[in-house]
Amino acid sequence: MRASDPSLSTAFWRGFRNAMPFLLVVVPFGVLFGVAGSEGGFSFWEVMGFSVLVIAGASQFTAVQLMADHTPTVLVLVTSLAVNLRMAMYSASLAPHLGAAPAWKKSLVAYFMIDQSFALADADYTRRPEQSLAQKLAFYAGACIPTCPTWYVGTLIGVLLGKSIPAAFALDFAVPVTFLAMIAPMLRSVPHLVAACVSIVAALTLAFLPAGTGVLAAAALAMIAGAQTETWLARRAAA
Amino acid sequence: MRDFYGTPTIWLIIVALGIGTFVLRYSFLGMIGDRPLPAWALRYLRYTAVAVLPALVAPLVLWPQATGGQIDPARLIAAGVTVAAGLITRNTLAAILGGLTALYLGLWLIG
Repeated sequence: MRASDPSLSTAFWRGFRNAMPFLLVVVPFGVLFGVAGSEGGFSFWEVMGFSVLVIAGASQFTAVQLMADHTPTVLVLVTSLAVNLRMAMYSASLAPHLGAAPAWKKSLVAYFMIDQSFALADADYTRRPEQSLAQKLAFYAGACIPTCPTWYVGTLIGVLLGKSIPAAFALDFAVPVTFLAMIAPMLRSVPHLVAACVSIVAALTLAFLPAGTGVLAAAALAMIAGAQTETWLARRAAA
Repeated sequence: MRDFYGTPTIWLIIVALGIGTFVLRYSFLGMIGDRPLPAWALRYLRYTAVAVLPALVAPLVLWPQATGGQIDPARLIAAGVTVAAGLITRNTLAAILGGLTALYLGLWLIG
């Protein structure tokens, strides 16, 4: 990346600015994980190991929860990875945009791929399809800085504070609020709305399935619903 | 938990989860390269985020762990305010601030 290219710096700072709000949620979410991990009996380095090696909050919480219940190791891994299967969908979504990058850059993109960085990049690439690969990567890098290293910092704070955070702060609900705040602005068309509704109904109906699998099935149904609605609306508009 | 698994198994889980997650994240980026995906695939992938995230969040909103899975009016209202603020402002931060304000007000008023 040539620092002299102003379009790259524009893209980088746009990503950075767009990601800044997530600082307010990634840090509390990380704090929550740090607290949950140390309360679950994990050592300092083990809790930090989760956040640095995995950086995927939902699956980290899943693993800690399952291990508290003494779930067999293989099932802990399978279920926690199932929660992360959506990352493969994100990867497929970003591939047409970033697939041409060299392997080491794609490795970094993959390592830092979280719900927030994906959602921001996906939205930006859709809105500005004319961007070059370098601009897209610069945006991605900008979007990762407020959202990823802050996950480690949040976890660290959580481990250090441990149980001294009062329950009155309802930190648990920072997670759903984050997700909802990401979803709402995405509901920009009828198919998006249909997909979201199918996703909610299916997830609640399939909640009895083993952890992670209900979410996967609901997501698959919702993607089909969104794509079919889009096809149907296009056909009706053409007729 | 510690006595049940022992330190080596705990680290095995952490490292394996890290590697497995990386493989999932790298999968399509690494395999597909820059060949364009077919139009039908893109039509599905357009809805990835709105398909996955609501499914993750819906049970958390309706059956919060903090209340032992019981429906909680304060959290339900906070969720509604977050979505409404996000729809109106199209701004994530505004939605978060609205949602957290509603949550704390609700917890304080309803308990």
